[in-house]
Amino acid sequence: MYAQMIKSTGKGVKSLDEMEPEERAFQERINAGGKIEPKDWMPDGYRKTLIRQIGQHAHSEIVGQLPEGNWITRAPTLERKAILLAKVQDEAGHGLYLYCAAETLGVSRDQLTRDLLSGKMKYSSIFNYPTLTWADMGAVGWLVDGAAIMNQVPLQRTSYGPYARAMVRICKEESFHQRQGFDIMMKMANGTEAQRKMAQDALNRFWYPSLMMFGPSDKDSVHSAQSMAWKIKMNTNDELRQKFVDQTAPQAAYLGLTIPDEHLEWNEERGHYDFSEPDWDEFFDVLQGNGPCSVDRMEARNKAWDEGRWVREGLLAHAEKKRARKMAAE
Amino acid sequence: MTDPLFEFLCRMGDNTLVLGHRVSEWCGVAPVLEEDIALANTALDLIGQTTLWLNLAGEVEGKSRDADALAFRRDVWEFRNVLLVEQPNGDFGQTMMRQFLFDLWHKGMLTALQDSSHDQIAAIAEKSLKEVTYHLERTTDTVIGLGDGTDESHARMQKALDRLYPFVGEMFVADDVDGAMVAHGIAPDPAHLRPEFDATLDEVLSNATLVKPDSEFAHKGGKSGQRHSEHLGHMLSQMQWLQRAYPDATW
Ligand SMILES: [Fe+2]
Ligand SMILES: [Fe+2]
Ligand SMILES: [Fe+2]
Repeated sequence: MYAQMIKSTGKGVKSLDEMEPEERAFQERINAGGKIEPKDWMPDGYRKTLIRQIGQHAHSEIVGQLPEGNWITRAPTLERKAILLAKVQDEAGHGLYLYCAAETLGVSRDQLTRDLLSGKMKYSSIFNYPTLTWADMGAVGWLVDGAAIMNQVPLQRTSYGPYARAMVRICKEESFHQRQGFDIMMKMANGTEAQRKMAQDALNRFWYPSLMMFGPSDKDSVHSAQSMAWKIKMNTNDELRQKFVDQTAPQAAYLGLTIPDEHLEWNEERGHYDFSEPDWDEFFDVLQGNGPCSVDRMEARNKAWDEGRWVREGLLAHAEKKRARKMAAE
Repeated sequence: MTDPLFEFLCRMGDNTLVLGHRVSEWCGVAPVLEEDIALANTALDLIGQTTLWLNLAGEVEGKSRDADALAFRRDVWEFRNVLLVEQPNGDFGQTMMRQFLFDLWHKGMLTALQDSSHDQIAAIAEKSLKEVTYHLERTTDTVIGLGDGTDESHARMQKALDRLYPFVGEMFVADDVDGAMVAHGIAPDPAHLRPEFDATLDEVLSNATLVKPDSEFAHKGGKSGQRHSEHLGHMLSQMQWLQRAYPDATW
């Protein structure tokens, strides 16, 4: 889940009777499964919450290029290099669709970018962890894209039209990424002793950070209740986390790898796996900017933006000159 | 002397391999998101072309080396790429200027190779040309846009051109390998590609308000493999590290 702890209005969810006619019509449309489009009336809180959520999702795709980009120049075969390049390119594309979706709500990509670079807006905690071996390229695809899919598949039905449509395109590619990640894990888990070690080590390091992607339990959160009423959040964090564990545990077994949780066990009665919670203190530290790579990631993004300024200005100036010359000729 | 056909195919494949690698170094840190996507796209095309050229080279050689063996298990002196493509990325302007100069040569070369007497080479050229035509359109626009942009972008592009122009000549110098290719109708004489290259270059530079350096001095040693720059070894140490550190592994 690339959007974590999104604040909504902070007030309780209004009942239909408490709403003014406009808002009531809006909510009834959502309840009936209808879509809200950019030109439609929407409550201010809905707009703001969506901007925060879509923006954070977009930023996650952008910053998410870095941990995987870290291995492009060291990919072990031409084919692996091409697959990884294509994946990272897809993530940049996801960022682009999502910024476009956010722009339909009246915020510019530049503004969102500035808010990311100043640290005002966040991106998913997961991208603050380092990628240390080639097996991490497998683990990221398998677990991180896997966790993202859990959240994004239901969001294809979200109430905001442009967001829902962006999700449809994105989900297709994300499931591709997950399969490619799993394929790397298979190669590693069935490879030499060193490769098996790398695979297990990658799982050890990425397991709990992947569980954190869903955010802490939000079953009592007023923010989540509002977002769910608006259908911009479709499931609770706990539901999605459980679904992820239930899907991933058998896959790990298939790979012959051990999930680093001694309490992980199938619970016949619940029909789900029992598992340990991640260390939520660590999660909050990461959100505060104390993730292992938080500083590196923000430095890299800021450096790219600052060093790219002359390019953006140059291309803009040229476009203006061209326009002026064309007008002069007419 | 090694088989000139093998040499020629390594030159084609090493050019795209080394340049593709350089371009991929930009991943995630381009000036705008659209450029991240475009650069990844260029790198992907070049890596794809590398696979075709080097697999064919391996086939021709007949020592059961495939593209990966050639890409990841040869040392600097066995590489046959021109010096231009191993030059470091520098700023975005230098990367774009290097790409433009290469694309312009590449397009001329591939166009001629479509008529190669060697069917597989003609087929690779035809496929690659579609991609490279698009690369050249993009880099032409970028060189013009940044050359004729702000004072700063103009100055940076001029500097990039000055820095890279001494590596242009090598792409057009013919040697024995080229002679053998011409004799068999496999590839054109690179010197014959120069007039068209120059004509387009002059036109683009004029639109970009950039000035071609006076000196036609040209560094040599890349395509012959006799003397690469220091940059190539560092690139290979990164690119080949996993394959060399874990030689029994498959990936
Ligand atoms: Fe994505
Ligand atoms: Fe992703
Ligand atoms: Fe992905």
